[in-house]
This record gives sequence, structure tokens and C-alpha cells, in this order.
Amino acid sequence: MAPTLLVQTISSVVAASTPLVFAGLGETLTEKAGVTNLSLDGTILLSAMTAFAVAYLSGSLLLGILAAMLVGALIALLVAWGSIALKQNQVAIGFVLTLLCADLSSFLGRPFVRIPGPSVPHLPIPGLVAIPVVGPILFNHNLLVYLSFALAIGVWLWIGHTRQGLVLRSVGERPESAYARGVNVHRTRYLYTLLGGALVGLAGATYSLSVKLGWSHRHTAGEGWIALAIVIFGGWSPWRVVLGAYFFGALKSLGSLMQPAFPDVPTQVFQAAPFALMIVVLVLASGDLKERLLALMHPRMRRLLSGMVRAGPPAALGKPFEPD
Amino acid sequence: MKARSPALQVLLGVAPILLTLVAATAILLVAGANPLAAFGQIISGAFESPRKLADVAMAMVPLLLCAAGMLVTFAAGLWNIGVEGQVVAGALATTWVALRLNAPAAVLLPLTVLAGMAGGALWGLLIGLIRTKGKVNEIFAGLGLNYVSMALTNYLIFGPWKPPDGATMSGTDPFPRAAWMPVIGTSRASLPAILLAVAGIVVIWWLLRDSQWGLRLKAVGQNENAAYRLGIRTSREIVLAFMVCGMLAGLAGSLQTTAVYRRLIPSISGGYGYMAQLVVLLSGLRAQAVPLVVLFFAAIQVGSPRLELRMYLDSSLGGVLQAGTVLFFLLVRGLRQRLSKE
Repeated sequence: MAPTLLVQTISSVVAASTPLVFAGLGETLTEKAGVTNLSLDGTILLSAMTAFAVAYLSGSLLLGILAAMLVGALIALLVAWGSIALKQNQVAIGFVLTLLCADLSSFLGRPFVRIPGPSVPHLPIPGLVAIPVVGPILFNHNLLVYLSFALAIGVWLWIGHTRQGLVLRSVGERPESAYARGVNVHRTRYLYTLLGGALVGLAGATYSLSVKLGWSHRHTAGEGWIALAIVIFGGWSPWRVVLGAYFFGALKSLGSLMQPAFPDVPTQVFQAAPFALMIVVLVLASGDLKERLLALMHPRMRRLLSGMVRAGPPAALGKPFEPD
Repeated sequence: MKARSPALQVLLGVAPILLTLVAATAILLVAGANPLAAFGQIISGAFESPRKLADVAMAMVPLLLCAAGMLVTFAAGLWNIGVEGQVVAGALATTWVALRLNAPAAVLLPLTVLAGMAGGALWGLLIGLIRTKGKVNEIFAGLGLNYVSMALTNYLIFGPWKPPDGATMSGTDPFPRAAWMPVIGTSRASLPAILLAVAGIVVIWWLLRDSQWGLRLKAVGQNENAAYRLGIRTSREIVLAFMVCGMLAGLAGSLQTTAVYRRLIPSISGGYGYMAQLVVLLSGLRAQAVPLVVLFFAAIQVGSPRLELRMYLDSSLGGVLQAGTVLFFLLVRGLRQRLSKE
């Protein structure tokens, strides 16, 4: 039956997008504080490998997930320390860490390549799962997926509707004013970079323990860059970042669904599609094109839409802050 | 600020390498391997024979060319992570010429070189336009296109350019002999390739130091808005910088096909584009420091596959050593600056 197939597909997209939700939200928190952690692609690889290896060796999923989050936070600490305390270029540190962690994951992960191992157990929520359509889409998953829902709501509330969120935004937008008001700018930046990094680590664990089980050479390569693009595409707004994560997750599932239907189209087209689309989406999100499209619209429509699609980066993103 | 003793200066200079060795030792111990044996394998794998030395020289070729190109984009303040794709584009253009044109070597070889440079420049143009017209950060433009270039290579190898008896991961059929860059005797070292690479880095060093163009690029790199107000057409300079870099990277890709593999293989760029990024960072963006850093990187690159053959370790340890050195270089530099302020 077609409707059930559709529901199943959407449900699998929700599950497959979970790591991008974690990584996107983590990087949003970091960038809101004014720090870019460019190392995502490497961090996700190394934390995915760590999660699988630790869970496999210890027999504890929780230990694997915590180890991955610790790895993510430690890499983020290097980004924060190198750029805040040592004043080195954030992009340089992040890029070097991307390559370093990718190679490290290949080197240390070699004994774990393609061996069967633990995975997060499926856990439908009794009662809720019986709701038609919504039940199977939202409540027929595992704990990590439910955690991503909670986190999406939590980050949105935290950034937009709490005092601490206000402090966070002020540090990313106007660190001088925040400092004048008694906010410890550097401590706040360290804190959110570490927190963001831990969430990126959680994204890695979600790949190896839930979405793309196990470990292989360059298991998740490319995903981190997509996550970074989603943050820009989402205009640094948590709910739009989450939508972006599901959008790219859907695109990927669509690709693998359509592949058998179009045997003439080479598989490489489907592999490269997310990255080509990433560029297109960024052109739409950051270029003049958006403004031109908006200018074509009815003024009322324009006002309504521009609030939703216009969003720039935090004003002090990537800029060092010197209190004096 | 106190003047430091020369001994301390030297110590700080080699600190990144020492710290990397300490970290790598820890990593090797975690992996259950003998660190000294592993380092020994890498060194002997790179330097033990004339054959290996030739391999190191040939690994230096793409690194020198890509690093030269990236000095240009760095001068303009750009993060050209798309070098990898530019290498691939050069290789694809060269392959097209080598497989399609029937000409004697004296005609065909120069054409393969020109095609490679044109292919890389076009790929650079694309990145430059996405950056200047589409207002997309060049990191994402370049990176996205790297994946597109890899897909394109695989498509061509498994599609239009597949060998008559079926496509495999080993690539296209070998090029006709007329498209083989000459090598020295029976070795794998190709003199034209090495000379082109040396010429590339020397010309860029000179242009960036002495030319009007170099000055304009640096003005753009230091402050794009101020340069624009001074009358520099910044968008044009940025696109041009990507194209010049693409030309050099494309030449690197071209030589990978005509002088090293003599065919197109799926991973033709070999990660040299990413590696060159590390080279330029480790050389502190100075052209005169590039050759030495390139030698260090090329030796690790040629030596580390030995880890797989002799010790059943993953050769990615080579990449860990390369990136680790750059990471510690950045951190030590930061610490020095911090200490000298106090």
C-alpha cells in the first residue's frame, strides 16, 4: 500500500537524519558563541570509530557514546584553545584537525573494520506508536532519535528564550558589550565550543551505533561538511538547522530509493548530488539571488518571508576578542 | 621582550616535530606496535634505494605545484580547499587529450600539459565565480566541487572512458606511448615533470615578491574592502587567483596521469591537494620554506605504505604525522607569541 510505504520512508529519513541534527545543533551552539569549529568531518569520523570500538570492547553502549562525546569535546577544546588562548587562525586549526582526525580514525580503527558489533536497540514508545501516521514516523525509533527531538526543542528554547541564551548570543554578536556587562566572554566561548563538540561526537556515535552500523575506512566522510553547510543554510537558527538536517537526510534517502528506478543514471551522480546541492543551497541562502527573488514578491509576502529566510552569521563569528 | 638564546630558538623550531613524534609514539603504543620499528620503516621506505628516492622526487612534484598555487590564493586571503578538485580537473582534461588525439609525442605532450592547466584553471574559475557571484564561502564551494570531481572521474572511468574489456578500479587503459612523459633511464623519475614543478614554485615566489600583481593580491588578502576602495577590482583578482592556482594544480594532475600512472585512475589526485594545504601552513605561507616542507611530506608519503607491507599497520599513520606536525606548529607558534608578550 502506497501510503504505508510513504510513512515508512519518512520514518527512515527521520532516523537517518539524526546524526546531522546532533552535529548541526552542536555547531550552531558553537558558532552562536562566535567560534567556528571547522573540524566536524574529522571529528565525526574519529568519534564514530571511538563509539564503535569502545562499545565493542566494553560491551556497553553508554560507554561508547560517552567516549565519542568526550573525543568530540577534546577536539573542540583544541580548536578553542588554539584560537582563543593562542590566537591562531580558527580555520587553519579546524582544517588541520579535520585531516588529522580522519587519518587517526583510519589508523586506530583498522582492527574494527567490518566486524559485527553492538547497536542501539529499537524502542517503539508504547501507546504513541499506535497513533496513525505520526506514530510510526516519530515514535518508532531508538533512544538516540528521541534524544535528538528533545535536544532540538531544548536548544531552540535555550538560545531563544532563556537568559543564558541571551548571554550566548551577546558573546557571538557583540563580545565588547557582553564583556562590559560582566560576561566572561572567553569562558562562555570555551563552554559552548566544548558543548558543541560533544554533540558532534554524539553525531559520530549515532552513525556507528544506529544509522550506519559498524566501522569502515572513511565511514562517514563528507557528513561533517554537510553539517557545517546546514548551519549556514539554516541561518544559525536552531529550528531551521533541524529542518536542513532532515532536508539533506531526505535527499540522501531519495537518492538511494531512486537509484534502482533509474538504472541509466550512473551511481556517481547520486553520490555527488548532496554536495552539488550543498553548493546550490548555499548560493540560494547567501547570494543576491534570494534578494532578487524576494524583490519579485508582493510586499506583504516579502515581509513575511524575509524574516524567515534572511539571517546572517553572528557578527563576531571567527573574530578573536581581546578584553582591555 | 628578551632576546632568546640561539639554542632555545632551534629547540622551538624543532618542537613541532618532536611533539608529533611523542604523540605518534603514544598512538603506536595504543595500536600495539613498536614505535621505533614503525618510524624506521617509514624512513627506510623513503630513502633506502635510488628507486625510492625517485619516488620521493615524483611525490614532490604535485606537492610543489599545488603549494605554489595555494601561495597565490593564500596571498589573496582565500582558503582554497578546492585544490583537490583542480588537480582532478587537470587530470581529466589531460586524459581526454591523451586518449582522443593521435599525434607524435612532440605535439601530444605539450598539449597534455596545456590541457591540464586549462582544466584546472576552469575548475578554479568555477570556484571563483561561486565565491564572487554566488557569495558562497570558498571553503564550501571548493569542498563541494571536490566531491563532484571525484564522482565525475568515476563516472568517466566506468562510463565513456572504460577499457574495451570492462571497467575496473585500476582505471582507464594506459595512454598511448606518445603521451608518456619521458623518464630518466629505467627509473620512475621524470625530468620534465620535476623541472615544471621547480619552475612553478620559482615563478610564483618571484611574482608574489616582485610583481604589481603580487602586491594587488596581498592588498586584497589583507583587507578586501580597503583594496576595493583603492581601486582594485577585487572580484576579478579573486577569480584570477583561483584560476592561477587551478592552472598549477591542474598541471599537477596532468603530470600524475602522464608521468606517474600513464592512465587515469579513480583516486588520481592522491590527496595531494589537501596535503599541499598543510605544506603551505607549515611553511608559514613563505615560498622559500616550501621545498623543505615538501621534501618532508613526500618522504612520509612514500615511506608510510611500508607500514602495511611489513607491520600490518594502516599507512594513514603518514597522514597523522603530517597533520600532527602542522597542528603542533600552529600551537607552538601561538605559545611563543604568548610567551614573548609576557
